[in-house]
Amino acid sequence: MSFAANLPLFSVVGCLLASAVSAVLRAKPAAWVTRILAALVAAASVPVLLLGLKTGTAVTYTMGHFPAPWGNELRFGILEPLVSGIFALVLLACVVGGDRELKRDIEPAKQNLYFVMVDLVLAALLALLYTNDLFTGYVFIEICTIAACGILMIRQLGRTTLAAVRYMIFSLIGSGLFMLGIVFLYSLTGHLLMPNLKTAVAALWASGESRTPLLTAMCLITLGLCIKSGLFPFHFWMPDTYGYSTPCSAGILSGLVTKGYIFLLIKIIRCVFGVEVFYASGIQSVLYVLGVAGMVVGSISAIRVNDVFRMIAFSSAAQIGYIFMGVGLSPELGTAAALFHILTHAITKPALFLSASRLSEASGGRKRFKALQGAAHRNPTAGAAFAVGCLSMIGVPLTMGFIAKYLFAFAAFRENRLLVPTLLALAISTVLNTFYFARTLIRVYNTRGVTPVPPVRLRTQPGYAFAAILLTAENVVCGILAQPLIEMLTKGLSVL
Amino acid sequence: MKKQTKPKLSERLRAWDAGSFDLTASIDPDPPVPTVEHDVRQEDLPPLVSLSERETRGFRRLYPVLAAALSAVLVAFLLSAVLALPPYGAADNPPHNEVMERYVSQGLDETGAVNTVAGVILDYRAFDTLGESHVLYTAATAVMILLLAAGGGREEPPSVRRIMEGDPILRGTARVQVPVILLFGVYVILNGHLGPGGGFAGGAILGGGLILYVIAFGFEPLERIVSGRVFRVGIASALCFYSAAKCYSFFCGANHLETIFRNGTPGAILSAGLILPLNVAVGLIVALTMYGFYSMFQRGRV
Amino acid sequence: MLQSLWENRIPVAAVVLFAVGFTTLLLHRNLFKKIIGLNIMDTAAYLFLTSLGYISGRKPPIITDGVTDASAYVNPLPAGLVLTGIVVSVSVTALMLALTVRLYERYHTLDLDKIYLMAKDEEEEKK
Repeated sequence: MSFAANLPLFSVVGCLLASAVSAVLRAKPAAWVTRILAALVAAASVPVLLLGLKTGTAVTYTMGHFPAPWGNELRFGILEPLVSGIFALVLLACVVGGDRELKRDIEPAKQNLYFVMVDLVLAALLALLYTNDLFTGYVFIEICTIAACGILMIRQLGRTTLAAVRYMIFSLIGSGLFMLGIVFLYSLTGHLLMPNLKTAVAALWASGESRTPLLTAMCLITLGLCIKSGLFPFHFWMPDTYGYSTPCSAGILSGLVTKGYIFLLIKIIRCVFGVEVFYASGIQSVLYVLGVAGMVVGSISAIRVNDVFRMIAFSSAAQIGYIFMGVGLSPELGTAAALFHILTHAITKPALFLSASRLSEASGGRKRFKALQGAAHRNPTAGAAFAVGCLSMIGVPLTMGFIAKYLFAFAAFRENRLLVPTLLALAISTVLNTFYFARTLIRVYNTRGVTPVPPVRLRTQPGYAFAAILLTAENVVCGILAQPLIEMLTKGLSVL
Repeated sequence: MKKQTKPKLSERLRAWDAGSFDLTASIDPDPPVPTVEHDVRQEDLPPLVSLSERETRGFRRLYPVLAAALSAVLVAFLLSAVLALPPYGAADNPPHNEVMERYVSQGLDETGAVNTVAGVILDYRAFDTLGESHVLYTAATAVMILLLAAGGGREEPPSVRRIMEGDPILRGTARVQVPVILLFGVYVILNGHLGPGGGFAGGAILGGGLILYVIAFGFEPLERIVSGRVFRVGIASALCFYSAAKCYSFFCGANHLETIFRNGTPGAILSAGLILPLNVAVGLIVALTMYGFYSMFQRGRV
Repeated sequence: MLQSLWENRIPVAAVVLFAVGFTTLLLHRNLFKKIIGLNIMDTAAYLFLTSLGYISGRKPPIITDGVTDASAYVNPLPAGLVLTGIVVSVSVTALMLALTVRLYERYHTLDLDKIYLMAKDEEEEKK
C-alpha cells in the first residue's frame, strides 16, 4: 500500500491530538496549532487526491488488524480528499481572517478553548468525509454537533446562547432520527458497513419484503441529516445561529459543518441505499420540492431583513435549497452539480461573513444596512472581497456561482427531467438573489451622504487580508478553470 | 418575598455581563427559604415585557396542534415499521451473522479479552470508541466555555453549603462509603477485559465517588489533589495517550505490521494487549469529566 | 397483528417511548422538560438497539468456562454500540443543562418562548 493512503488516518488523529493539546496551551500557541493543523491537513489531502486520480478507484483502509465488517474502515477515492482539502483551506481562512473578531468576542481565559473546538470540528468533518461505517458516522456527527455548538456559544451574548439552544434542539432531533434510522437498518440487515449494507438493502428491495421498515429507515436517516443541514422548513435555527456568532464561527458553521452533513447524505445515498433504490423510493422528489421551496423562501426572507448578517444567513438557507434540488434532480449530473455547489458555498459564505464583519467594523460596529452606506470605501479590501462573494452568489460569470447554476441547468437539460420547474426555480431564485445582493453592494459602494474617512489599510489587517485573498482567489480560479474540477467531481462520484 | 419595583432589563443584563453568577443574587441576596423552592416561583419576578398577549399570536397558537399532529404521524409510521421487523429474540435474526460469530468465537484469541464487549469496543471497533471518548471531551470543554466564571469562579451557593456543613449523617456515610466506592471503581476499570465493566462504567463510578466526597467535605480537601491544572493535564494526556496508541495500532494493522503489544494469557490481569491501558485512560477521562461537570455547575471552575 | 405486536414487544415499547420523548420535546416550552424529552428519545433508541442483540435463552457475551461457541452467547455488538450511545447522551445532556443555566441566569425563566421575546426586547433596547 502506498504511504499516501495513511494520510487520512493521520489527519484525523492529528486533529484529535491537537485538540487535546490545545486545552493546556495559551491562546496564542493554540491558535497557531490550529492554523498549522489546517494547513497540514490541506497539504496532506493532495497526495491522497493524486493517489485517487492515479488509480481511479477507491482505497479501503483497515483501521486495525481486523478487516471490515469486523473492524472499522476508512474509504476514500477522489471526492473525499478533494472536499477535505478545500474544507481545511476554508477553515484556515476563517481562523486567520476572523482573528481580530475572536479577540473581541471571546473572553481571554476561554480563547484556547475556542481552538480546541475548532480542531474537533475539523476532526469530525474529516471523519465524516472518510468513514465507511454508518455508526462511526453517527459518533462523529455528534462530535461535530457539540463542537459546532461550542464555537457558536463562545460569544456569550443572550441571543447567542438562545441561538445555541435552538441549534442544539434542532440538531439533537436530527441525530435522534438518524440514530433510529441506523437501528432500523441494522435490525433489517445486520450490517453497519456501507458496502455490505448496500448489498443487503438492494437484495431486500428486490425481494419486496419488509418494504415499510426499509422505507422508514431511509426516511429517518435522510430526514435527520436534512434537519441538521438546515433544509427548508427546518432552517429556523440558521439566521440566529449565523447572525449572532463571531464571524469566524459563522463561516465555519455555514460553510463547512452543514456541508459535512450533506456530503455524508450523498455518500449514504450512493453507498448505503444505492442509487437505484433511493431514486425509486420517492424520497428524492420530496428533497427536490423542499429544495426548490427553500431556494425561494430563503431568498424572500433575505430580502425582508435589514441586518447584513441575517441576510447572508437566510441566503445560506436558499443555497442549501439549491444543493438539495440537485440531489433530488438526478443521481449523476444533478448530484455532481450539488457537489460543485457545496464547494461554491463553502468558499463563498465564509468570505461574505468575514467581509461583512470588517465592513460593519468600519461603520462603527453597526450591522444595519443604513449604517453600511459607503463602507467599501472605508475598508477597500473587505469591499472587494464582499463584492466578489456577492457576485458569486448571484451567479455572475468568472465565479464559481455561475458554474454551479450552469451545472444545475445543464443537468436538467441533459437528463430531460423536471426541466421546466428546475429552470423556473433557478430563474426566480437568481432574480431574488440579484435583488438583495446587488442592493447591498450598491449600498456599500455608494458614498452619498457619508463623510469620507481615510480607508483601512491592508497592512493593518494582515490576517483578514490573507483570508480574503485566499478565498477570493479560490473562488475566481475555480470559476475560470472549472473544467478539471467538474471532471474530478463526476469521476469521484462514480467511484464513491 | 416582596414584589420589587420593575428593574430595567438592561441593568440586570449588565450585572450578568459583569459575571455575577449566583442564580439567587438578583432575586434576593439572602433567601430565607431553601433556594430550590423559590427559584421556580415565576410570579415573584417582575414582568419585564407584556408577554401574555404577544405569546398567543399567530404561529404560536397553531404550533401545539402542528406538533401533536407531527408526533402522531411519526408514531404511526414507526409502529407500522416496527411490526414488520423480524421477531424479538429469535436466533436467526439478521444481526446475528458472521460478524457476531467471529466476535464471540475468535474474540478471545484475537483480542485476549474475556469480556467480548470490551474486545469489540476497544479492539475491533476501536475507532468508534476513540470518537466516543472525544465526544465526552468535547462536551466537557463546551460546558467549561459556558460556565467558567470570570475571575476564577465563585463559592458554592450558600444554600448548598448550609446543607452540607454539619450534617453528621452525610459526613458519616460518606466517610465510610467513599473509599469503598473509589476502590470498586478502580476494580471495575482494571477488570474491564475480564468481566463486566470497563473504563466507562468504572470511570462513572469513580466520578460518582469523587462527587459524593465533595458534597460531604467541600472542594478544598480534594483541591490539593485534583486542581484545575491536574484536571486539564490529566484529561489531555489521557486523550493523547489514547489517540497515539490507537493511531499506532491502526497504522500497523492497515500496513500489515506486527505491533509490540501481545495478548498474553487470557484471564490474567495483564493480558489483552492494549485493552487494559486503554480502559485506564478511558476511566481517567470519564472520572475527571464527571467530577468536572459537577464542579463547573456548582462553582464555575474546576 | 396482535401476534406481531407481542413478538416485537420491546421494539414497540421503544418506538412508543421515542414518540413520547419527541412529543415532550416539541410541545413543552420549559427547557428542563425539553431536555427530559430529549433523554427519553435517546433512551428509547438505545432500548431498541439493545433489544436487537438479545437471543432468547443465551448468556451474556463474557466467555465462561472456555466455551467459545457462538451459539452460547448473545450478540455483543449492540451492547458496544449502546455504550457509545449512552456516552453521547450524557455529554449532550450536560451541555444542554449548562446552556439552560446560562439562560436562566440571564432571563430568570425557563420558558423558551418568553426568553425569545425578552432577547428580542433586549436587542431593541440596545439600539
